[in-house]
Amino acid sequence: MKDQTPASTRAYDEMVDAHGTVRPHYRAFERWLSEQSAEEMVTRRLEADINFRRVGITFSVAGDEAGTERLIPFDLIPRVIPASDWRILDAGLKQRVRALNRFIHDIYHDHDIVRAGKISAAQIFTNAQYRPEMQDIDVAEDIYCHVAGIDVVRAGAGEFYVLEDNLRVPSGVSYMLENRKMSMRLMPEAFSRIKVEPVAHYPDLLLDNLRECAPRGSDDPVVVVLTPGMYNSAYFEHAFLAQQMGVELVEGRDLFVDRNTVYMRTTHGPQRVDVIYRRLDDDFLDPLAFRGDSVLGVPGLLSVYRAGRVTLANAIGTGIADDKSIYLGVPDMIRFYLGEEPILNNVPTWQCARPDELSYVLANMHELVVKEVHGAGGYGMLVGPASTQAELEAFKRRVRANPSNYIAQPTLALSTVPTYVESGIAPRHVDLRPYVLCGKEINTVPGGLCRVALREGSLVVNSSQGGGTKDTWVLEDESC
Amino acid sequence: MLSRTADNLFWMCRYLERAENTARMLEVNLQMSLLPQDNQTRDNSWRAILRLSELEQAFDTEYSSTTPRDVLHFMVRDPANPSSIYTCLRAARENARSVRGSLTTDLWETHNFTWLELQRLLAEGKPERHPGEFFEWVKFRSQVARGVTEGTMMADESMCFQRLGINLERADNTARLLDVKFHEQAQGEAQAQGELNLSRTEQVQSAPSRHSAHSEFYRWSAILGSVSALENYRKVYRDVITADRVAELLILRADMPRSLLACVLAVSADLKRIANADSAETERRAGKLAAELQFGRIESILEDGLHPFLDRFLKQINDLGNRISQDFLVPLSA
Repeated sequence: MKDQTPASTRAYDEMVDAHGTVRPHYRAFERWLSEQSAEEMVTRRLEADINFRRVGITFSVAGDEAGTERLIPFDLIPRVIPASDWRILDAGLKQRVRALNRFIHDIYHDHDIVRAGKISAAQIFTNAQYRPEMQDIDVAEDIYCHVAGIDVVRAGAGEFYVLEDNLRVPSGVSYMLENRKMSMRLMPEAFSRIKVEPVAHYPDLLLDNLRECAPRGSDDPVVVVLTPGMYNSAYFEHAFLAQQMGVELVEGRDLFVDRNTVYMRTTHGPQRVDVIYRRLDDDFLDPLAFRGDSVLGVPGLLSVYRAGRVTLANAIGTGIADDKSIYLGVPDMIRFYLGEEPILNNVPTWQCARPDELSYVLANMHELVVKEVHGAGGYGMLVGPASTQAELEAFKRRVRANPSNYIAQPTLALSTVPTYVESGIAPRHVDLRPYVLCGKEINTVPGGLCRVALREGSLVVNSSQGGGTKDTWVLEDESC
Repeated sequence: MLSRTADNLFWMCRYLERAENTARMLEVNLQMSLLPQDNQTRDNSWRAILRLSELEQAFDTEYSSTTPRDVLHFMVRDPANPSSIYTCLRAARENARSVRGSLTTDLWETHNFTWLELQRLLAEGKPERHPGEFFEWVKFRSQVARGVTEGTMMADESMCFQRLGINLERADNTARLLDVKFHEQAQGEAQAQGELNLSRTEQVQSAPSRHSAHSEFYRWSAILGSVSALENYRKVYRDVITADRVAELLILRADMPRSLLACVLAVSADLKRIANADSAETERRAGKLAAELQFGRIESILEDGLHPFLDRFLKQINDLGNRISQDFLVPLSA
């Protein structure tokens, strides 16, 4: 627990500048907030809690056998992003996803980037996330990452960094939508004064995007959402998206393959399915091709997919591009495929696989954040400044045993936003996951899921590690 | 629609209806037990509740006595009892949760709230301290769910599957209720027959007494009360409560919401709406059953024996349930 104050004190406060002046884009909200009595805000917070529970916006915790449903704490104070900042983010996100999509296509076709020497063959072909089944397979519209969640943080003097790319089955978008609904319900006067870009059209954009990527020849494509089932931690979101798009929410057992076509079982017999927005990892999709013990998937799905008779969103094998070892190469990827300079920066990263970088990481671990290359959800990571000597030593042993499984990054002083905590309102570290939809065009909705680390000084925002969420308000214009 | 979705909707409604029926039965029995009666009669009436749901065996393996407290515990909050209010409401909510995307927000929230409230009420000992209020609450939540369904859900196939679940469960419940009450009477526990000429097959012969006529009144008004039909009875017959009229009302009246005929007519109508390539035979059987009831007479039903009639009816209802499952809910692959 030692030495975490520097990170907190140095952190960029998004609401108030170093002189204690409220930043222009937060002024209208701050004014509104100052007019509210403490009791009114307590009532609103209680109401938010009751509503989220009644709506059943809960998640299950991995490894919790009892299947307890928990609420993710919602914080009333929004994260406000001025229009000018969003324009930069938006352009940078689209650029990044365009390049990543090109990269995946290249990896499963001609390997130009490997031949150009930008990324080593070993890094691709020995990577567990590389799917040989996808080699030379053409997917509809050449789209691989239909839905991307790009985690972005602000650090230093407020500049943006991309922390990681989520290209497999990024989740959390339902919280973006529900948080907005909740803020509008609880703070209608604030919305009448402040012009906030809407986000509610996300499901429509998603549906459009999915239908666009249907296999050729289906003029009225049938889209479904494939869920692992109601005990999955993100089940609420799967049901929510299916409902908002007006499509069926299916489980593996509802689908079957016959004569190279995917069907769902309906009360009127089999119905053909064209596009599957799957919220199921590659490994579980088809027990005949991947994990044989999976009861969540659909036997024979891969062969239909390879024949181009069904679209999977996201495509199989996108994990190759959101691997933390590939992350390092994204800026180069942007230059290579698009001939552009990256708009958004990567966080400087050390690869433990490289001996010189490994020794640096081992020597400076107390200042670094160390992550597993394939890890997600805040599991298997170490925040150096917040760790005890014993924890550091234990983690060093793990890194030494398998260096190529780890990367390290400086402990960024993540920006903070005022947040309700037990003692009142205090700054807490935040990140942002905007969602990028990749179809014939690339689209975003202005906003994203803002996660907040509720414990003082904590930099871990994952809900599985006690993080909360905030609504993200992208302002409509410069007038604030 | 997706077969699994239809299945979940069907069972969501069946379980909620079952919870409501259990609450209704317990409520009436509780009121009955407030009337002056000996312990034997009192315990018998609680046994009857178990018999009704074919739960005597399950109960006896867990409990050594049949006190009202035991039966209430078993029927209200015992997770090991497949028909307890707790089990039914949990199952209803689990089914709702697996199809929450197909429910309107209002309806999903109604189910979810019922479940959250139930946990709170059980934790604070509501069923033990204020059983009447608790049963009222269960009934009310089920009725609210039906109202929200009607007020917000599309009147499409999904509505049909929900109604099928409700009506099959209801028909089953009303038939059992009648069967048990007539069985009690046939056993002559209260040495009574009132004006009723019971079936020849059951050969019950005992002299009616003033006391029995009295308890008759309570027996039949209790059964009417448990299906909220007391006022309806008065309205239809404008006369004293007698067993054969109660039977007629609850079996043959198409305008009585929980009667066998009303339920079967509704099932038959919904089967027509959702008909598919496999369901013709199911539709025929439901139509035939409805016709039998529609053109039946209470005199001849009682003459041939009510118990065999109800027994056959329960089998037919069960058969319809199985056939619906097969035709629509779990179709063989491809």
